[in-house]
Amino acid sequence: MYDVAIIGAGVIGSYIARELSKYKLNIAIVEKDNEVSNGTTKANSAIVHGGYDAKPGTKMAKFNASGNPMFDKVCKELDVPFKRIGSLVLAFNDEEMEALKELYNRGIENQIPNVEIIDKDKILKMEPNINNDVIGALYSPTAGIVGVYELAIALTENAMDNGAKLFLNNEVKDIKKIDKGYKILTNNLEMQSKYIINCAGVYADKINNMVAKESFKITPKRGQYYILDKSASNITNHVIFQVPNKFGKGVLIAPTVHGNIIVGPDSQALNDDQRDETQTSGDNLDYVKNTASKSIENIPFHKTITNFSGLRAEPNTGDFIIEESEDAKGFINVAGIKSPGLSSAPSIAEYVLDIIKNISNNLEENKEFNPRRKMIVFDELSKEEKAELIKKDPRYGRVICRCENITEGEIVDSIKKNGGPTTVDGIKRRVRPGAGRCQGGFCGPRVMEILARELDKDIEEIMKDGQKSNILTGKTKS
Amino acid sequence: MLNYDIVVIGGGPAGLAAAIEAKKNGADSILIIERDKELGGILQQCIHNGFGLHVFKEELTGPGYAEKFIDELKSLNIEYKLDTMVLDITEDKIISAINSKDGFMEIKSEAIVLAMGCRERPRGALSIPGTRPAGVYTAGTAQRFINMEGYMVGKKVVILGSGDIGLIMARRLTLEGAEVQAVAELMSYSGGLTRNIVQCLDDFDIPLLLSHTVVDIKGKDRVEGVVIAKVDENKKPIPGTEKLYDCDTLLLSVGLIPENELSKSAGVELDPITNGPKVNESMETNIKGIFACGNVVHVHDLVDYVTEESMRAGKNAAKFIKKEITRDNHVINTKAKKGIRYIIPHKIRVENLDNTLDMFMRVSDVYKDVKLVIKADGETIKEMKKKHLAPGEMERIKIPVINIKDKNISNITVEVQGEEN
Repeated sequence: MYDVAIIGAGVIGSYIARELSKYKLNIAIVEKDNEVSNGTTKANSAIVHGGYDAKPGTKMAKFNASGNPMFDKVCKELDVPFKRIGSLVLAFNDEEMEALKELYNRGIENQIPNVEIIDKDKILKMEPNINNDVIGALYSPTAGIVGVYELAIALTENAMDNGAKLFLNNEVKDIKKIDKGYKILTNNLEMQSKYIINCAGVYADKINNMVAKESFKITPKRGQYYILDKSASNITNHVIFQVPNKFGKGVLIAPTVHGNIIVGPDSQALNDDQRDETQTSGDNLDYVKNTASKSIENIPFHKTITNFSGLRAEPNTGDFIIEESEDAKGFINVAGIKSPGLSSAPSIAEYVLDIIKNISNNLEENKEFNPRRKMIVFDELSKEEKAELIKKDPRYGRVICRCENITEGEIVDSIKKNGGPTTVDGIKRRVRPGAGRCQGGFCGPRVMEILARELDKDIEEIMKDGQKSNILTGKTKS
Repeated sequence: MLNYDIVVIGGGPAGLAAAIEAKKNGADSILIIERDKELGGILQQCIHNGFGLHVFKEELTGPGYAEKFIDELKSLNIEYKLDTMVLDITEDKIISAINSKDGFMEIKSEAIVLAMGCRERPRGALSIPGTRPAGVYTAGTAQRFINMEGYMVGKKVVILGSGDIGLIMARRLTLEGAEVQAVAELMSYSGGLTRNIVQCLDDFDIPLLLSHTVVDIKGKDRVEGVVIAKVDENKKPIPGTEKLYDCDTLLLSVGLIPENELSKSAGVELDPITNGPKVNESMETNIKGIFACGNVVHVHDLVDYVTEESMRAGKNAAKFIKKEITRDNHVINTKAKKGIRYIIPHKIRVENLDNTLDMFMRVSDVYKDVKLVIKADGETIKEMKKKHLAPGEMERIKIPVINIKDKNISNITVEVQGEEN
């Protein structure tokens, strides 16, 4: 019997898993997909928000404020890219200036450090490409950008290095109360656990309803984005927001940790049965394009390298739901984690640890806990380090992805790690071949060869992403 | 640090021709750096014929064409490194490169020839909306899977874009038993060679839908269909014309982009129209001693022209080593006028030409029964009647040196005149 079963391996589930792995607990992470970080975590703005936006007194405000400062340490421990670049919320008229003041006051109340309202001169000095019609901005220097799926992947890996078990391709079908815990039934196996932590994202209400009475509802809300080539990176060095509206924080323009530019999202509420519908559409992408152009005119959209959409889990309660279920003891919901969910993740994980500490008697610390997870990025090494590494392992001398200079050594290393990838997109999310401007045109076939070799599979069995996403359809006539 | 007279980056048709010609013109220590496992570049996956009609006066396959150069390269004892990636080139011509055998290398070269070729525009560059399933390939990637690795990429195929690789792949896939349902082309004319439309589409009854584009991709894991719509004169989809094509594969043949990351790191100035280096009559870039040729400069239609242009680059790289290139003399600028997208070269120093000035260019639209008019400082120096001009086919103009020598010309322009469209 496991002590804790975590349902869902997004950034929240994986963060909680790593936090709990600091204690002597038998941890199981149960994930329906063939890969961690495959839902909301895979497709969002990847912003660590300053924390001025959420309404004071809410869980969102509390956890954002306490979560933001924790990113430096965790990203350093796990070799995850994180940059504290600061954010600007732009105002273009008096009404929007009023909204900025409201945000500023929230910032003060939420105890966010160093937020200030700055004038046009200062804005244009910081970001000369901002639309000249701007009249003021809220500057939040502690906002940042993070490699969000890399973070979830690293957290899962580190949790596994410290003893947690990962069960991919296991969709939870039912949960039954048993003596001293629960029985979890998936499409592939049965397991028992004392406690369950529900981190199932857009499916969290469905999981809750398997074991407790219906107490909240999740609406999937879709947001669509553009990613621009690195050669567009000079358009901004900060995260650029517009004044929030009833749909959320609105369309942003921001650098990514890898030097691209992200533009988006819009916000579209989907139906109950559309929880996997991550397609993009021309109209919504046009909306993103037009709205963003208010912040920065002439964004070079001709340098787009891809577009994508993600779903946020919008709770009908208006705030994060993080509590032990009243009618199912030992079943803890961590649900409705919409924005600023990523920013709050470190703090949410600590809070969930406290819940577990409270309901179980005297947790014992895991003295062997190793917080460090290493990741080699060949392109970032010095000449001497590169020479040394190739001497040690010649596979680092073979470049597979020519857009991002990714070596075979890095790809093989990622496959061998705990929770390693089995798909082409899984490799892409870890070490980035295919994430560059050619989007895998050259390296795709080579990545497949390496995956097949390392996993001892036939190349025809290598999937792009999902379990049925076959890339090849058989042999040619010979 | 290693030292060479000339380092050629890229062992495809451009690099091979440049290296051979440099050697024949007296350069001794030459190194080709190739990232793939073999020389020949993309030619190795072009197993169809049609190569070499101009250079060898015979029809060869891609690998056959490459082999002629590779054999000559070997008989000339020109050095090459395979499976080797150049990471960086500095303005003072120090190249950093890596491979598994030699490790990290720094190479100092007197002259450099950039011959990295081009890459395909991917789906993202078009911002096609829809899902992101498996089954969307650029035509060249599909070609590699089928011709080099021996695997099929799909059974029911729609192709977007009528560039040459897309047309060639329509035929290849059909011969392999796949059903190619249609080729959709955004423009009102094809981007490929006329001979390829006839031999690859017409002969197999594959419809070419001009002024059409893909507006949606369906399917969660693997492509399940694409929606094609007609576009208006502004290339915007016309509502109500959408039609769903049931297919498992979408192939993209929507343009090639010269691969100039290394050129940029070396400080080479690029032309925003071609996305390739600006070059002079010797195929030299703005950096003295850095030459460029082939698809890294501008996308060619025929490999024969790549060869011709690259021989010029190689020969001049050798002249550079021997300090035989004349500098600080009078410069003529070329300018693309009405109906012309670009002209290569951008600058001409007449003293460095042998007998003729060779200019390559592409037109910006389809024209019938027109004239190409070449002017020197406004005065017509040559006219060529053209029955048919299309953006998919490169035009070459030769001007005898005698016509432009010692005339103190500042600009040579080319324009399309006469009946249009």
